[in-house]
Amino acid sequence: MAEYRLRTPLSDEDVEKLRVGDIVYVSGIMVTARDEAHKKVLETIEAGGKLPIDLRGLVLYHCGPVARKRPDGTWEIVAAGPTTSMRMESVEAEFIEKTGVKMVVGKGGMGQRTAEAMRKHKAVYAVFTGGAGALAANAIKRVVDVYWLDELGIPEALWVFEVEDFGPLVVTIDSTGRNYYAERMEEVKRNAQKIVEELLKKPIP
Amino acid sequence: MSVSRETLESLFYTMAKTAVTRIPVDVYEALKAAREREDNPLARAQLDAILKNIEIACSTTRPICQDTGTPYLFLEIGDEFPLRSQVVEAAKEGIRRATREGYLRPNAVDPVYFKNSGDNTGRFIPWVHVDLVPGDSLRVHLMMKGGGSEAPSTLVMSTPLKGWENVKRAAVEAVANAGPLPCPPVIVSVAVAAGADIATSLAKRALLRPIGERHPDPKVARIEEELLDALNKLGLGPHGFGGKTSVLDVKFEYAHRHPATFAIAVITSCWATRRVEALVTRDGEARILSKHLLPTPGGGCAPGVPQVEG
Repeated sequence: MAEYRLRTPLSDEDVEKLRVGDIVYVSGIMVTARDEAHKKVLETIEAGGKLPIDLRGLVLYHCGPVARKRPDGTWEIVAAGPTTSMRMESVEAEFIEKTGVKMVVGKGGMGQRTAEAMRKHKAVYAVFTGGAGALAANAIKRVVDVYWLDELGIPEALWVFEVEDFGPLVVTIDSTGRNYYAERMEEVKRNAQKIVEELLKKPIP
Repeated sequence: MSVSRETLESLFYTMAKTAVTRIPVDVYEALKAAREREDNPLARAQLDAILKNIEIACSTTRPICQDTGTPYLFLEIGDEFPLRSQVVEAAKEGIRRATREGYLRPNAVDPVYFKNSGDNTGRFIPWVHVDLVPGDSLRVHLMMKGGGSEAPSTLVMSTPLKGWENVKRAAVEAVANAGPLPCPPVIVSVAVAAGADIATSLAKRALLRPIGERHPDPKVARIEEELLDALNKLGLGPHGFGGKTSVLDVKFEYAHRHPATFAIAVITSCWATRRVEALVTRDGEARILSKHLLPTPGGGCAPGVPQVEG
């Protein structure tokens, strides 16, 4: 378990040295996308259109922030913790392939299709502490831009954040395709079977 | 003088804002204790981040989590309390104000017309539970229930003969199968009843009980302790990184069942369990009863009872 401080744009080399269990603090540009923004990014690319921002080497963040507009028209990010990444599992492999993001940040882990895409395209998945919306907001230095706000609304829009030492992020899928949560959950489910057997031996209290 | 609509609106606004920005002291203490006994470094790092997050939220009056939840109201309305039919409308107004001021993320989505109401109120939202009690005051609990921790929600319509076996199985499997999704360490609430709705409703309400408080019936208390002990052997740990604390507490509640039914509900609440309790007298004194982590003048945080804001 090593600790790294990385700055975007991330290179293949930056990503390839990371292993599951490593802790990362990232600085630079993070771009948010949840369900609807994933769909719109892929539809735009499919239609031969141009994305509002080039995502190559950047960090994709599964997040729907609480944001409020200051009197001067700039945005304040009030809370910005991660959302459940598995909802994006069906589209993430294609997203990584087509956009060139090097790191995906969310919560709860992702599945084997994403892990395989990360092995193939040299990317990693890392989790930020679920629920830690205030800690995340503290690391967001400013909102560089926001796209598709009118169409998708605050939680679903594509927010471009400039961040400083955003973390701790724990790598749970590395660029070898190893999936920490998949291994852990097998262990937890084995434990669960043993625990149930033990409980069933005991009478009702 | 009799209690006014404005008093109720100010109280509910304060409750909503308090719920999402200031963690209840029992939750904070339980997370701190979990951090103290943890020796798995990844689990410890998660608990450190959680505690730091709670303190930042407190000192900056920002939401603890960007998912500020769905509002649940639990009302105990006294016979002589005035304005009874206005309580829910006043709660809606307080919640709307807390949303307008940027403390709550708009979370009420119409599933038929695909539209977010934008103010955290809507059809049957807030969800309201009413108990009619003697006296002339109103006691109210507001729970802002996170969406992610609804994931493990389980309902088992057991045969009565397999009832207790299925209680144990359902509780363990709900937590194990959901893994990191509900943001563990979670609070687990289990209820047994005649019907599905009674079981889920009782389980949700039992989440209002403070962490560490055992059921007054000693037999039920032992069931809670046995499940708590068993669930913490899962090795799931904070956000699934292993370690000693997978659940902060287990609550158990029950209703008399039908001879043919044994409905079992398992409901969980994330580490960011957000609830506030308050009391309003008939002459308009409104105060919060629950203790929360509050900012101190020196820039730190300390336990205290929040004041109702105007």
